[in-house]
Amino acid sequence: MIPHTLTPPTLATITGHGALQIVLYVVVLLAMVKPLGWFMARVFEGVPGSAPLGLGVALGWLERLTYRLCGVRVSPIGSTPAYAEMGWKPYAVGILLFNALGFIAVYGLQRLQHALPANPVGLGPVEGWSAFNTSVSFVSNTNWQGYGGEVTMSYLTQMLGLGVQNFLSAATGIAVLVALIRGLSRRSAATIGNCWVDLTRVTLYVLLPLSSLLAVALVSQGVVQTFAKPQEVALTVPLSYSEPATNDDGGALKSADGRDQTKTVAVATQTVPLGPAASQIAIKQLGTNGGGFFNANSAHPLENPTPLSNFLQVLAILLIPAALCWTFGEMVRDRRQGWAVLAAMLVIFIPLLTATYWFEAQGNPRVAAAAPIVDQSPSPLAPGGNMEGKEARFGIAGSATWAAATTAASNGSVNSMHDSFTPLGGLVPMWLMQLGEVVFGGVGSGLYGMLMFVIVAVFVAGLMVGRTPEYLGKKIDPFEMKMAAIAVLVPCALTLLGTAVAVLLPQGTSSTSNPGPHGFSQILYAFSSAGNNNGSAFAGLSANTPFYNLLLGLAMWFSRFWIIVPVLAVAGSLATKKVTPTTNGTLPTHTPVFVLMLVAVVIIVGALTFVPALALGPIVEQLQLAGN
Amino acid sequence: MLTHLRPAFVLFAILSLLTGVIYPLAITGIAQIAFPHEANGSIITSADGKPIGSSLIGQEFAAVASGDPNDAARWFWGRPSATGPVPYSALNLDKGTGSSGSNLAPTNPALIDNVKARVDALASADAAVGYARTAGRTIPIDLVTSSASGLDPHISPAAAAYQVPRVAKARGLSEDAVRALVTKHTRGRTAGVLGEPVVHVLELNLDLARQTR
Repeated sequence: MIPHTLTPPTLATITGHGALQIVLYVVVLLAMVKPLGWFMARVFEGVPGSAPLGLGVALGWLERLTYRLCGVRVSPIGSTPAYAEMGWKPYAVGILLFNALGFIAVYGLQRLQHALPANPVGLGPVEGWSAFNTSVSFVSNTNWQGYGGEVTMSYLTQMLGLGVQNFLSAATGIAVLVALIRGLSRRSAATIGNCWVDLTRVTLYVLLPLSSLLAVALVSQGVVQTFAKPQEVALTVPLSYSEPATNDDGGALKSADGRDQTKTVAVATQTVPLGPAASQIAIKQLGTNGGGFFNANSAHPLENPTPLSNFLQVLAILLIPAALCWTFGEMVRDRRQGWAVLAAMLVIFIPLLTATYWFEAQGNPRVAAAAPIVDQSPSPLAPGGNMEGKEARFGIAGSATWAAATTAASNGSVNSMHDSFTPLGGLVPMWLMQLGEVVFGGVGSGLYGMLMFVIVAVFVAGLMVGRTPEYLGKKIDPFEMKMAAIAVLVPCALTLLGTAVAVLLPQGTSSTSNPGPHGFSQILYAFSSAGNNNGSAFAGLSANTPFYNLLLGLAMWFSRFWIIVPVLAVAGSLATKKVTPTTNGTLPTHTPVFVLMLVAVVIIVGALTFVPALALGPIVEQLQLAGN
Repeated sequence: MLTHLRPAFVLFAILSLLTGVIYPLAITGIAQIAFPHEANGSIITSADGKPIGSSLIGQEFAAVASGDPNDAARWFWGRPSATGPVPYSALNLDKGTGSSGSNLAPTNPALIDNVKARVDALASADAAVGYARTAGRTIPIDLVTSSASGLDPHISPAAAAYQVPRVAKARGLSEDAVRALVTKHTRGRTAGVLGEPVVHVLELNLDLARQTR
């Protein structure tokens, strides 16, 4: 099948510098897991007005004032519970209501931005379908972008609409996770916390301080942060382009022989877009949101100017999801459980990251065949590899690391264009999303999604050895299994059904920009992204149409909230249970055997569900590329 | 449900104010005091104070308005750019265009055509100044593939080295003199580890123009 002309892939394309950057990334990330995980556990278990590292002293008054204004009852200091708690149903209603408000606010701001302040270039209202899509997108922590930021959104919409949702959708994910952890760690309890307290404390003590630090660091590297209007600069050499000439009514001008006339337009200046970008980009990465301030997202030099800003941002993408694993172990009073889940994530993540790097470093055989004079091999002075859609300052290793991290986490920001990746290099990010965004995943949502897989894994293991499945001493009953199955299957169904609808309708297929199987990949990638709340894209797909805005918007909404509700139901149900004592027959869930069991369940569900679809897209394209 | 309305509305309002107004304003304040140059787009100004570029945004040099390959040959070319209506158009509100990659798939025939056209353009520029390319000299891939943002200010040192003989001949400079300028505008990996070594095309060209005027 594979033709003999194909040069075999060679390991020599992975450079020492590239490997070193990846090792450094993983080491720094793991070094921050314990301190940040410990810090977050203190925040989630703390009483109102108190937080570690002096944050309680600085912001405790604000937290107490917030509860007073909200009418949340706080008990006198020293009494338990420290505040009025909720069962899972009121908790879920609160979360849904809070997110519904977010949707209305973002939609309203977009539609009314022309009449509101902080719109220096006078952008008009965002079109209705697009505004709907973007509102769902940012509320659901997906941050799919059907629009180009610099030409669509006013500064006010960016900061008060999108920026706020960057914080609040992240806080929502973490709050739901904390509720689930309480369900696992409490015994015979009727409540799982208070959603208002959780949302407030996460935002005040975790997201705001971390974002402030990162935002200032990013500005120091050149990320813009201003309310000034775009800056016009003179070009060193003037340019020109031609376009169809039009008369005063906008109709095409014809010459005497009936042909369309063209006119030449001179371009002597360049407009540098500005805005309050750094503050938004910091939370975009930390909150696994991913929606860019500019169209090119973190490939834009004003959004991600230097290798250092790139390192900080890609670190921020996985920082909180990784650290939450430690928080989980800390809060269930068994740190080994947190390590086990983190280990399972790393076991999937590191090989896939390496694979993307390798595939991208191979370059494009069609370029080699058509233009042999072009050199695609890496050297100390050139990145080599498949450089279409990649920035020179990041090269192959920096782009591949980002692509794997942003799709392992449900971040979805990009520093290179995934649409131009080699077929197998692009398959990896697509499949990382299709695994259900549980390999790190979104802040909070990744770990609660993974814990749903853990429930499935202990159930399967229980069947295999003929024992009642238990996790952390809690018996897993049919109710938990049903809820876990819903949470695992909803994204799969949304991805495949959405793709199927889109490829059957002309409104779906007419938006693709690349021919052949890659066009199918563009559609599959879009629904994998929306159906798993990631937000990255094969960006050649023209998704800013009523069809895609509606369909992808629905996928994002159901994927987010049809998982949150079952997860909270599991939390409530587990909280009421007693803890059964550990015996010789208890299946330990912190051992390497269980880690592999969990990895196998995640991989098998992901592979069985998506291999047929992947075969039609990237795999066929790879065979075409190799066959030339 | 009704008991939830007050906390939902009030908390949403408070957190919106905090994260959507106070936070960005505070960061802007810090940024404008501590890093005014960076916070405002890293604008490069000419000797008489006029803004002539951003040190983070590239400019187009291969497709000069005159269309004369002799003019284009005098400059170092940056990465090809997929922005519209002209390359390196960072923002055009009339056309509704901004930063953008080509998003061409590796199997898209248009990508191969683009690469071949860029190879030909480089050859024409060489021919225009009478530079005969030595046999076996290859073109680094980043010089014929478009960047992700369409605004990439950098090329690889190899892509700059490839253009040195042409630019030197076009400007009547020695190759060593041009090479020294390239070295001056080359930046290595951050701390020897992060990123890739790159040459800053706009700053190199501005320097080149100063030297030969």
